[in-house]
Order: sequence, then structure tokens, then C-alpha cells
Amino acid sequence: MTLEEKVFAAFKDAFDLEDGIDRASLVYREFPEWNSIGHMTLVAALETQFDAMLEANEILAMSSFDKAVEIMAKYDEH
Amino acid sequence: MNTDLSGRVALVTGASRGIGFAIARRLLEAGATVVLNARQIDASIVDQLAGPAPDRVFVQAGDMSDPEDARQLVRAVFARHKRLDALINNAGIMRAAMIGMISDEDMRATLDLNLAGPIHLIQAAARLMARSGGSIVNVASVVGMEGAAGQLVYAASKAGVIGATRAAAKELAPKGVRVNAVAPGYIETDMTARLGDEVKAQSLKAIGLGRAGTPEDVADAVLFLCSDMSRYITGQVLRVDGGMVI
Repeated sequence: MTLEEKVFAAFKDAFDLEDGIDRASLVYREFPEWNSIGHMTLVAALETQFDAMLEANEILAMSSFDKAVEIMAKYDEH
Repeated sequence: MNTDLSGRVALVTGASRGIGFAIARRLLEAGATVVLNARQIDASIVDQLAGPAPDRVFVQAGDMSDPEDARQLVRAVFARHKRLDALINNAGIMRAAMIGMISDEDMRATLDLNLAGPIHLIQAAARLMARSGGSIVNVASVVGMEGAAGQLVYAASKAGVIGATRAAAKELAPKGVRVNAVAPGYIETDMTARLGDEVKAQSLKAIGLGRAGTPEDVADAVLFLCSDMSRYITGQVLRVDGGMVI
């Protein structure tokens, strides 16, 4: 599984997404389910997917799918 | 009664002595793996506590009034154990002073350790605990519920802990994380020994059961709140005060 696929798997888990969704639409506070509560659900899903604990500044900076991929790259072992 | 905590990981702050030490011992006896934290703590505590299970005791020094130390403590638990089932926010200080004698430094130190510390730890631990559910127990005080002369800042910090307990319980319940507090009364520890004989005599008169509490009295209540015996209890403050009337 690629880095992007792993990140998307966490998004799917957190927001119950369809495979074909436009990933550019996944933006914090714009995508309906991605509110402040959804954000913590997403972070938990990413931490589980990557077996990692994110830093506070990373959690605050995670504002879109692309940004999430960028942040999670440092936790991707494969 | 099922208080078996085998396979679970617990983190106890302020674990080098007093109530925290007693809590760590109870959790170990119940089968948990226990991470002990204090500002200054060394491996000799493992010898005092571990008995037949030295492989279930871990030591991680850190000052819980420092937000980065608090986050680092949880990261260390994650790195070693990959899970956290029970967080016991016990570290605290009490600097008694009448209102006109409270220094800015005492106020800051008390609020940073007693109130901000537990909040930082809850913040860092919540996501880790949400993976498999868990129990957070905050050590408050009856003084935080009733107030006491000469303890304005301590009372305010512990009242804050109770508010944080109730708020966190509501937010974390959907994740299967329970959050409760214990409110000890007059417990014989190094902290209360500094209050002097007069305060002790007054306190004993006010205790219905007629004796001071022990750290083990509090530890048993914490064990209950960490165990599945309290699986349907969250957002509560359990007084452990022998029927004390302030």
C-alpha cells in the first residue's frame, strides 16, 4: 500500500467515504464531516493506520488531504 | 469482584511516594503494567514496588508542570507499550498560605502542576486511550469541593480538576474512555504532615469514621475506578474522606 493509499484508508475509516471521492474536496472545515470533532477522529485513525503518535503542531497543521499525506510521510516505514 | 488488570498499561504521576506510590502498588498487585512518573525518580523504586513482577514496572522521570514533559511522557508510553489503559493524574503540590500571603510564584507553580498538568496529560493520552477504551482518574481533593481557609490556590486548582474531569468525561465517553476523580479528605502523607499538629487535630475531629485516611484507602478507590467494576461510571467525583465535614 502506498503512502497516499494508507492516508486515504484512514480518511475512509474516519469519514466513511466512497472510494471515488475527489480527494481535493477533503479540506478541514469545508468537507462536511471534517469539523473539529471529526478532526480528532481522523487523527486517531491516522495514528492507528501508521502506528504513530502525532505531534501537536502536526495535528494543528493538518488542513487537507494533501497536507495529511505530507505530514504522514515521516511516519511511513514502507 | 473483578479488579484484574492483567495485560493493561497504567500511568501514574507523582508515583514516588504517598498516595501515588500506594496507587502504583495497588495497580501492580491487580496485574497491570505500571509506568511510574515523578519529577525526580530513580530505579530504586522498582525494587520497592516490583516484588515478583519487575518486568511490569517502568520509570519515566518528568515534570508534569511542563507541557512538553507531559507530552513526552505519553510518547514514551506509546513507544514502549503501544497502548494506555489507565491514566492516574496524581502529581500535585500544596503550599498553604492565607490570602494576603500568596506569592505569584506559589500560585503559578500550584496551578501549573495541579491543574494544567492533568489537562496536558489528558490531551496527550486521550487519543492513545481511545484506541481501546480506558479509564482516567484525577486525584482532586475535598478542599476543591468545600474550600478551606489558607488553601485558596490549592482549592482552586482542585476545583479546576473536578471541572476538567466532568468536561473530559463528556467529550471522551463516545470513545469508550471514562474519566472520574477521587477527592481525598485528610490523608496521612508527607504533604499533610507539613500542615502541623493543630490542623491534624481539627481534621480528625471532623472525620466521621474517627481516623485519618491512608494512601491505601485512596488507592483502593482508584483501583475500583480503573477496573471493569466501574465500567458504567464516568464523570463522577468519589469522596474518600471517611465522612469528613469541612
